[in-house]
Amino acid sequence: MQMRPMTRVLLGLACLLVAVWLVAPTLVVVPMSFNENKSLAFPPQGFSTQWYANFVNNPDWSSSFINSLKVAVLVAILAAIVGTLAAFGLDRMKSRASGLLRMVLLTPMVVPGVVLAIGIYAVYLDMRLVGTLPGFVLAHTMLAIPFVLIAVTASLEVFDKRLELAATSLGAGRLTTFRTVTLPLILPGILSGLLFAFVTSFDEIIVSLFITNPYLRTLPVQIYTSITRDADPTVAAVGTILLFTTTIVIGGGLLLFARERRT
Amino acid sequence: MAENKQVGRGAAIDIRSVSKVYGNFTALDNVSLGIRPGEFMTLLGPSGSGKTTTLNVVAGFTEITGGNLEVGGSSVVGIPAHKRNIGVVFQHYALFPHMTVGRNVAYPLALRKVPSAEREKRVKQALEMVKMSDFAHRYPSELSGGQQQRVALARAIVFDPPLLLMDEPLGALDKKLREWLQLEIKRIHRELGTTFVYVTHDQEEALVLSDRIAVFNRGRIEQVGTGRELYDEPQTLFVARFIGDSTVLRGQANSDGTSTAISIAGETVTMDKRLPGNGAPVLLLRPEKLALRRRGNGQGESGLNRLSGTVTEAIYLGSGSKYEVRLKDGSTAIVRSPLGEQSFDIGEAVEVTFAGADAKLLADDSTADQTLT
Repeated sequence: MQMRPMTRVLLGLACLLVAVWLVAPTLVVVPMSFNENKSLAFPPQGFSTQWYANFVNNPDWSSSFINSLKVAVLVAILAAIVGTLAAFGLDRMKSRASGLLRMVLLTPMVVPGVVLAIGIYAVYLDMRLVGTLPGFVLAHTMLAIPFVLIAVTASLEVFDKRLELAATSLGAGRLTTFRTVTLPLILPGILSGLLFAFVTSFDEIIVSLFITNPYLRTLPVQIYTSITRDADPTVAAVGTILLFTTTIVIGGGLLLFARERRT
Repeated sequence: MAENKQVGRGAAIDIRSVSKVYGNFTALDNVSLGIRPGEFMTLLGPSGSGKTTTLNVVAGFTEITGGNLEVGGSSVVGIPAHKRNIGVVFQHYALFPHMTVGRNVAYPLALRKVPSAEREKRVKQALEMVKMSDFAHRYPSELSGGQQQRVALARAIVFDPPLLLMDEPLGALDKKLREWLQLEIKRIHRELGTTFVYVTHDQEEALVLSDRIAVFNRGRIEQVGTGRELYDEPQTLFVARFIGDSTVLRGQANSDGTSTAISIAGETVTMDKRLPGNGAPVLLLRPEKLALRRRGNGQGESGLNRLSGTVTEAIYLGSGSKYEVRLKDGSTAIVRSPLGEQSFDIGEAVEVTFAGADAKLLADDSTADQTLT
């Protein structure tokens, strides 16, 4: 169908408007991070990279970044393993209870974060897990498992189970079949679940605010405390760094999957 | 492979009173079947008749609920599928999409820890046998259905199993390709000497491939025999109707012990045969045992049975003609006349003739009708 030029222009404008609306708030942090003054004013004045230097040199910032990285990596691995096993088990369950179990496993996604945070905080106080690495990893893993479960379930649904029968007939036991046939074929699902789990933990704030203490702070907590206490443009620098890192990671992941699909 | 070709290295299979019950559904009802070493046995039947269940039981994918199963002289009941050393070819190829053709075929050898030099040699031989040597570095998704199935076949024979099971392997392919692959499978069976068990619902395919055919119906075996035996001497109406065309007639039967007269819509046919068991029999006639002639055209040969009817369909087959004739009782007779015989037109009044000796009397297991339609 041929579009009238007028229609085309209007359509283009509408798209542009939506795009600006969605992306602009994110992009505002980029110029702000090069502000010369210690303020979060927009538009910024002058140009300086001092806030980037501050991010690297100030132990408050660098250690919280390292903490977040540590927690997120551990969560990604743990959630990928547990979530994959859960997806596999639910997929093979013949009982009708599997639907119910799946729902239970997905509740962390549905339950309001504050409610969850209060519950976790209460238990952690008793168990002395507040402000500890295991405490953060445990709480974030719980939040991340549903993402892995969804991603792996999706790839198990398109996985042809008859391939397992074929492997069996060729002499492979259950474990060998899983290792040589099932696992390689659902790996894209596991990897995207892993990525989601990493991101979930890395930018988690609600539960983290409750279970944090001055000794162990993650990056989102540090950003939040910093911005409520003083208008430190380091926040904008951190935001800019995160923006570009996630764009590269997600973009790279998408490219990788696209190539995978072509072969 | 080709050079260590020998006869009799296939395994014998003894299926003894095997049952498989799912809840209140009986998939296999007391099935017994002996398969000789090196034999090409086809399990033939409509869907849901138990043929695939039987194959799965032999492969070890399905546990039996009763009876015994021996492969190569020893019981395999309770032995998991991956320890049975049986090759299986599936309808949907089931090639591993993340491995090249070469790695797919090498897979069973790698599991058996065959040294890599030996492994390469055997993969090459297996691919040569199915004429897929040029495709070793391709991925399954780059191959056509027929090519994929040949690779699957290579993968199933590369570890020299004494028994190869095939579950409708050509079911997803078009007719031309299917016919060509049937001959390929026959050749490979001849060269390997392995026992082949082949599942299909296509009677023509069964006739082309098999040494013997077991006809399945409702979880039971109706009859086992060569194609010729099943065609010429069907033991049940189901077998008669499943293999080849046939005319089935019903009527009032009278028997004096040695000969039987059957009255069909006022016309009586006789044959020197006894009634099979008690109850109303059916009369079965194969198309080439029937002949046609114009009605009111003299007496013709004496001693032949006659039934009058009208030609409703005339099909020229090249090698002859096939007619469908509506008889007085409303049933349809299928007649095949060889090339050079007189031809008939649709609507012509004719007589269908046959010798009493060519007719078969079978018990009327009309339940078979339900399964067929």
